[in-house]
Amino acid sequence: MIAGRVWKFGDNISTDLMLPRPFMLRPPEEQKLAVFAATRPGWVAQVRSGDIMVVGRNFGTGSARPAARSLRNLGLGCLLAESINGLFFRNCVNFGFLAMECPGVSEAFEEGQSAEVFLDDFTVLNRETGVRLKGVPIPGALLELMQGGGVFPILEARGLIERIPPH
Amino acid sequence: MMGKTIVEKILGRAAGGEGLAPGDIAVVEIDLTVLIDTDFFPSNWRNVTKVANPDKVVVVYDHRMPAPDRETAEAHVAGRSFVRRFGIKRLHDVGRDQGISHVVVADNAYALPGMIMVCEDSHTCSAGAFNCAGRGIGGPDMIYCITTGTTWFRVGETIRYDLAGRLRAAVSTKDVFLHMAGRFGDHTNQNLEFGGDGLRYLGMDARRTLTTMAAELSAEFAIFDPDDVLLDYVRQRNPTAVFEPVYPDADAGYKERRSIALGEIEPMLALPDAMVNNTIPLREAAGEQIQQAFIGSCANGTLDDLAVAAKVVGGRRIAPGVRLIVTPGSERIHREALKAGYVSALMEAGAIVTNATCGACAGGHLGVLGPSETCITSSTRNYKGRMGDPSARIFMASTATVAASAVTGVITHPGEFLSEVVA
Repeated sequence: MIAGRVWKFGDNISTDLMLPRPFMLRPPEEQKLAVFAATRPGWVAQVRSGDIMVVGRNFGTGSARPAARSLRNLGLGCLLAESINGLFFRNCVNFGFLAMECPGVSEAFEEGQSAEVFLDDFTVLNRETGVRLKGVPIPGALLELMQGGGVFPILEARGLIERIPPH
Repeated sequence: MMGKTIVEKILGRAAGGEGLAPGDIAVVEIDLTVLIDTDFFPSNWRNVTKVANPDKVVVVYDHRMPAPDRETAEAHVAGRSFVRRFGIKRLHDVGRDQGISHVVVADNAYALPGMIMVCEDSHTCSAGAFNCAGRGIGGPDMIYCITTGTTWFRVGETIRYDLAGRLRAAVSTKDVFLHMAGRFGDHTNQNLEFGGDGLRYLGMDARRTLTTMAAELSAEFAIFDPDDVLLDYVRQRNPTAVFEPVYPDADAGYKERRSIALGEIEPMLALPDAMVNNTIPLREAAGEQIQQAFIGSCANGTLDDLAVAAKVVGGRRIAPGVRLIVTPGSERIHREALKAGYVSALMEAGAIVTNATCGACAGGHLGVLGPSETCITSSTRNYKGRMGDPSARIFMASTATVAASAVTGVITHPGEFLSEVVA
């Protein structure tokens, strides 16, 4: 079970807003500081390790840029969305950031409430209201990647890429 | 048993069976992997020790060409070294074969009917115009793909779009996309399949605009039925290619079938910061003042686009205080536009015609927007901060509308400049 404080965001949020172009050539530890710089300045400083993002439809639309890595590197514990752009979801899998689609989640949470996420049955509980929702099950192999640090550790273990310090 | 859609058939065949249905995970061998310059940025690239199939890899530098800064130059050096080390035969570097990866793939018909193709970039669904299952997959997956030769796809449900009739004068498939984004919203986790009797009037450039822009609907794959327009194009551009077109079953299981009467589409406009649920008929917003007009990108840097732009601005002058920047999708298109006289018509009117690259569309160089500026673009995205300063406003429309607006200095309906069908 994963539990954390909820931050809320809306529908159709693009990766351009999470990883603005001027930061794309910067190292990942700088990239994470630019998340939502144009739309919610100062937010990254308020995020605590294990916090949970609850977002609307079509989250992560747009560019393939590695914005999921920035969310992971901010220490966020999980992303719960009405729906997630398929390419963004792939990046969540491959960078090892837990992300689940969960219809109704946006309505079920206010910012600042606490969420519990159960990966054995893919349910979500609002601790304050007691509302429980069913998420869209994540296929086993993909969940394993999300929880195991993504695809790079596997490629390293198989000798397909050279080892470097993680980022 | 219910019939299969095009995507279900292509993925099913590649996964070694025909039984795939929505919700399944298909593990497939990849027919073509396209690496781009951003893959080699230091924060994205990992040194690989093995490439599964060097002959199935193409490298195209596109986002920042020629290198506008040292970081990009470093990425380009890393890519050239990768190409040498693993004997990759197809590298599109600075020069004659330069272009945006999706356009280079189309120019050379690298994408073939029935094929599975991947690239980091989100607009890889562009290849669907070729009846090819092409998809953007992100940086880490690219490294997995080149080293293992395989990948996975979640099989999504398919929305069938039947295109009927013919576009009117001064209306293009960009307007069809803007209509779809406004009327139907996002298509997250869904495939788009395009067919219908309207296809016969749509050339490959017009089709590619639609499949490329499908990324902005968050579609998985966006794919056209095969027809003679496609097959003739592929045989001409890539005469030795072996391929098998894939048709949908008549009883394919679609989530929904939607018909679009092309003759009823009018010029459309996306308001700043989003396309999904954020488009209006152009006539409702005409008159907005602009400082920059941009024509280009993998969606609308085609030869058709340059032809329309030249027709609109030919013999006229760009309005004072407006910058019209035109970036061809590839140097091949650039040369064809030169021969056809489009480039000189644009330049005489006051446009800047740049080398082929993603350029201003990706906000990296060749037309970055300053604070509080207003731009109208026919490129792929209008998100806040996409093309420069976050306070800049980016409207999106067809190339004809962008060119007409550049001439008048305000957002302008292209009808008065174009009286015939442009597709």
